[in-house]
Amino acid sequence: MSSFYEIIPSIDPDRIKVKLRDVTTKQVKALLDSINSGGIPQTDDIAILTSPAAGELLEPMAQLAKDITLRRFGRTIQMYAPLYISNHCSNSCVYCGFNVHNKISRRTSGREEILSEARLLKNKHISQLLLVSGECPAEVGIDLLEKTAGDLKGLFPSLSIEIYPLDTPEYRRLYDAGIDGLAIYQETYDQEIYSMVHPAGPKRDYQYRLGAPERGAAAGFRQIGIGSLLGLNNWRVESYYLMQHAAYLMKHHWKSQISISFPRLRPAAGGYSPDYPVSDRELVQMICAFRLLLPDAGLVLSTREPAELRDHLIGLGITRMSAGSKTAPGGYLDKTDNKPDEYGPAAEGQFNVSDDRPVKEVAQSIRAKGYDTVWKDWDKGFEDNPK
Amino acid sequence: MEENINMLKPLMIAGRQIKSRLLLGTGKFPNSQVMADALEASGAEIVTVALRRVEFDNPQDDIISHVDQKRYLLLPNTSGARDAGEAVRIARLARAASGWNWLKLEVTPEPNFLLPDPIETLKAAEILLKDGFVVLPYINADPILAKRLQEAGCAAVMPLGSPIGSGRGIRTADQIRIIIQQATAPVVVDAGLGLPSHVCQAFELGADAVLVNTAVAVAEDPVKMARAFRLAVEASLAGIEAGPAPESDDASASSPLTGFLR
Repeated sequence: MSSFYEIIPSIDPDRIKVKLRDVTTKQVKALLDSINSGGIPQTDDIAILTSPAAGELLEPMAQLAKDITLRRFGRTIQMYAPLYISNHCSNSCVYCGFNVHNKISRRTSGREEILSEARLLKNKHISQLLLVSGECPAEVGIDLLEKTAGDLKGLFPSLSIEIYPLDTPEYRRLYDAGIDGLAIYQETYDQEIYSMVHPAGPKRDYQYRLGAPERGAAAGFRQIGIGSLLGLNNWRVESYYLMQHAAYLMKHHWKSQISISFPRLRPAAGGYSPDYPVSDRELVQMICAFRLLLPDAGLVLSTREPAELRDHLIGLGITRMSAGSKTAPGGYLDKTDNKPDEYGPAAEGQFNVSDDRPVKEVAQSIRAKGYDTVWKDWDKGFEDNPK
Repeated sequence: MEENINMLKPLMIAGRQIKSRLLLGTGKFPNSQVMADALEASGAEIVTVALRRVEFDNPQDDIISHVDQKRYLLLPNTSGARDAGEAVRIARLARAASGWNWLKLEVTPEPNFLLPDPIETLKAAEILLKDGFVVLPYINADPILAKRLQEAGCAAVMPLGSPIGSGRGIRTADQIRIIIQQATAPVVVDAGLGLPSHVCQAFELGADAVLVNTAVAVAEDPVKMARAFRLAVEASLAGIEAGPAPESDDASASSPLTGFLR
């Protein structure tokens, strides 16, 4: 089976940088006009839309992004929440709070604990749950995930995972157990930077990670989420790779819905400071650019971003939002920070959540903007073979 | 003077007389109240609902609790189904939970353009018809597929004008014309109707009914737009009933030169 990895060598970051630099506002305007009148843009046009020249035309870009989002998704925002199962990790990603070298309080939730947390989320109307874990198969192996999916599938019509990369048969086991979505971010598509920020651990294997969305799609996952961790590399160049990756997956795995996330690096244990910080304005430009080129892709914004910015981005390309998130295992059980609960001492989160409003408040905010919250959008139970 | 302009013979689907030839979808509305108001303004009798969004275990389900089922005929759809198996399962689960027997069959394996899979649609239709469902399949404007589905026993066929949500109007007019010409069941033009004028075009092609969703739901004023579509349906039907003047490529004077011969 072919892989996007084979495409990577044909992408030349230096050539992209030249292209980005040389884009004129006239070119941007022409592209916006063409998209506005129903023209079908090319994947390479991402370089035009993420160029500094396009940055000057952010307002018309945003208008168009809003119109397209409205037409394709209506006045709706899909809601989900993450549930962290473990912060044990054998990797040493320099930007991540779970880095094996960080001296933090760690724990892995057992099935009973996961179920208690999940019930709390269910009571807040969450129906789409994202299970997250560090890379530690000894703590969180396929067996635990499989059983957890079995425990949760009656409660949640949609379950996704954001964990370490797996092989197709393992993904297939999880799919069969009740999981219908896979989120796995390459973090950065630049192999040199990738190697620098992942100095040790299994995550060093760039190619294996890059192939994970393909293996997941082959296993049957309906939703495949990809993204770059913003701050590790020049976001304009990173967008180019990400766009090619999305287009590749859409062409070769056409039955899976591709969604794109825009995680910006947040302060975390380890105190990493990004080499390529991305401003609010640049983040908005990136989101709009992806919406213009991928009118039907789910665009996801997590609680890494502050409430005010998230509220502004409702309808402006973004179609999926998490809410009320805790990024530590057991996080939903803890009533106060750092207080032990019945399952053990409080664990450290992956990063500091920026929008810490409860689910209800986020939902109110969405409705106040004239949008409806969509809690359920599929039921994994629909997928079992009819008898 | 009040005048009933809708004098065409009533639309019958599966033996049921349908009062309005405008079917309305319930997706993409800003909230359930606006949706309910738009339904009211549209005059629609048949209302589609995406089963994948219905919370069957929740009696307060946002969509269902806002659609008065004494007044509207719910036409649940299987949107999101990627193959016949999924569509069949969605339909059976929904019927078990709610007793709904009418079904808009959608099998759209590709999540971006949401174009229907003809092979899986036919397969699912055959299974569901055997199960006793009233099946209205969403199809590409393919005349042979339409025939096959009608032969299988579908209550209507729903060819698309252009991709769902695109608002591009009827881009498949030539094919739809053939479907209508050969139809043995009602033809409902579905998907892509973005403006009231597109509805007029559908009826002028000979469609029995139309289904609209995005155009109403995402309009700046959905309720007003629902009314506009209702008026477009009424205007189209009145126009057909009034017996349009024959079309001609040449200009023709209204007082012909040979008038004196009478």
